[in-house]
Amino acid sequence: MSGNLLFQLLLNGLIVGTLYGVVAMCFVLIYKSTQVVNFAQGEFLLIGAWTCWWLVVDAGLPFWFSFPLTFLFMMVFGIALQMVVLRPLIGEPIISVIMVTIGLSIFFQAITKWIFGADVQPFPEIFPVKSVDVFGLSVQPAYLMSLVVSILVMGGFAWFFKYSRMGLAMRATAFNQQVAQSLGISVKNVFAMAWAISAMVSALAGVVVGMVNGVSGALSFFGIKVFPAVIVGGLDSIIGAIVGGLIIGLLENFAEYVDGQWLHLGNLYTVAPFYVLIIILMIKPYGLFGTHKIERV
Amino acid sequence: MITSSLIPCGQFKTSYAKDTTIFDTPVMRAWAVVGVLALIAAPMILNNYYLSLLIQIGFMGIAALGLNILVGYTGQISLGHAGFFGFGAFASAWLNNSFGVPVVLAMPLAAVMTTFLGLLFGIPAGRLKGLYLAIATFASQFILEDFFARADWFSGGSSGAAANPVNLFGYDLSGDKGFFYVVLFWVVVMFLIGTNLLRSRDGRAFIAVRDHYLSAEVMGINLTKYRILSFGLSSFYAGLGGALYGHYLGFVSAEGFTILMSIEFLGMIIIGGLGSVAGTLMGTTFMVLLPEVMEGGVGIAKTLVGGNVGWLAEGLASIKQASIGLAIILFLIFEPDGLVHRWRLIRSYWKFYPFSY
Repeated sequence: MSGNLLFQLLLNGLIVGTLYGVVAMCFVLIYKSTQVVNFAQGEFLLIGAWTCWWLVVDAGLPFWFSFPLTFLFMMVFGIALQMVVLRPLIGEPIISVIMVTIGLSIFFQAITKWIFGADVQPFPEIFPVKSVDVFGLSVQPAYLMSLVVSILVMGGFAWFFKYSRMGLAMRATAFNQQVAQSLGISVKNVFAMAWAISAMVSALAGVVVGMVNGVSGALSFFGIKVFPAVIVGGLDSIIGAIVGGLIIGLLENFAEYVDGQWLHLGNLYTVAPFYVLIIILMIKPYGLFGTHKIERV
Repeated sequence: MITSSLIPCGQFKTSYAKDTTIFDTPVMRAWAVVGVLALIAAPMILNNYYLSLLIQIGFMGIAALGLNILVGYTGQISLGHAGFFGFGAFASAWLNNSFGVPVVLAMPLAAVMTTFLGLLFGIPAGRLKGLYLAIATFASQFILEDFFARADWFSGGSSGAAANPVNLFGYDLSGDKGFFYVVLFWVVVMFLIGTNLLRSRDGRAFIAVRDHYLSAEVMGINLTKYRILSFGLSSFYAGLGGALYGHYLGFVSAEGFTILMSIEFLGMIIIGGLGSVAGTLMGTTFMVLLPEVMEGGVGIAKTLVGGNVGWLAEGLASIKQASIGLAIILFLIFEPDGLVHRWRLIRSYWKFYPFSY
């Protein structure tokens, strides 16, 4: 029984971990190409999920139509955000940039709470079956979908950065902005694109989580959980973000198992990643895959 | 962090002593004294509502000054200030409840306890800077929040802790009028200590660490020492502010010290002006009054529209939070030097009106 529970929790961890990985990837994308630490990443999930929920429930559109519509909205939203708020702050000290994303974060949290209320709103059933059996364990179909979607997104990212013109331009910008600009890459567009892609993919994760747990302000906590993931993986490594997300997802569920079986401390589940974060920062601040050039004293 | 480079027109300094004085002119010093005297007289004129606002500005301002020493003067970013603020509140209540330490003594003792906690959490600051430090303190915020909810022996766990009112020589100072003087005393003391510290050798070392850490090290400043010291100092201020907060409310709850409060503290110093003691007070005043103004605004909107404005009233909490976020964003975009910069501009404009510059 206990072994089965552990297995179930680890499977959960794997699925949640891939979601963390996807959100962390979006975070790293913004950091790598624009040097902005986005504390409002969780709010992208929140806004995406609420938009999709509103389109499905209040506007009565079918899911397959409102899902792409959400994407379109998030793209415009990401670009607008970059142009209006982040662009004036290019070249400002790091605290200003951090604070402006924090300001955005609490602003959007408050606004969504105002518009949609503080209660959890369930997503209407999209899938006909309640749960699917995988190796004798019951898994919600939305979770399975999230796993498939996450893997697809990761594959898409790999293709995008390796072969597409825009992706190559983004990598060049991340490597060196001045050189990229002198090669004729519009750094402005790259910045806007980075925010747009990040917002869109985060919204995807938000919709998936919303389908499983219902949509509520709690979604923005994903944006906080992203920090342990990116620090473990390395702040400027996309692969690191995915691995870090998986590690944090597994660790969380493992911590819950240990807590439930032996320690009985309470919410070890939520704080364990932060202890790990501090330890990693102390011993290996560049993470598993990050470049070793970060400033240390 | 370009503040304090702007000197009002028509002022020339000919000695180092003049350069480090707290007040540029005797008139300014006189105004400061008049201001404190006016505050001493304030409880006789103001009603309890305004007094409670002033008290809030007082203890928040003490904590915000600590954060400004850390962020504005030393250039270390902390997203966990509310954690230390809360620790001070709990520590003071704990010392008083468990060991019978008189509240008057428990408050500074709690601040000292918070200092040690700050030194502990400041150890990463010795090794990390900028962004990484921000993330580390972000994590410490959640760890401390979790600690408050869990440590029953210290904070009373999820049920919270009761904090006794302040009592000095048998006089009960629990009401708004009495407590106002307690807060005023500490505000004056802590701001005097703060300003004097910042013009001492250590204060200049902080600024050197902020402006160029490599040059500072070359000049013989021990970076690790001063970074951790700054953390400890800011925690002392946070702890004292928290202790005042706890004994003012009479009850400390674990839910109060969230990341949102940390953000408010940062908002105060950014809106007021990073690296400015006077700006700290301005920013705190702004941040404390902002929700009240919003509440008043919603009230006015209600009477103007009349009747069916349920969506406005329901959203009041959200409006308050959104206005904080919006204020931070707008200030960073349009006035990154804060209110104190605006104030200097206004002052130098009127100085030789209408022929300034």
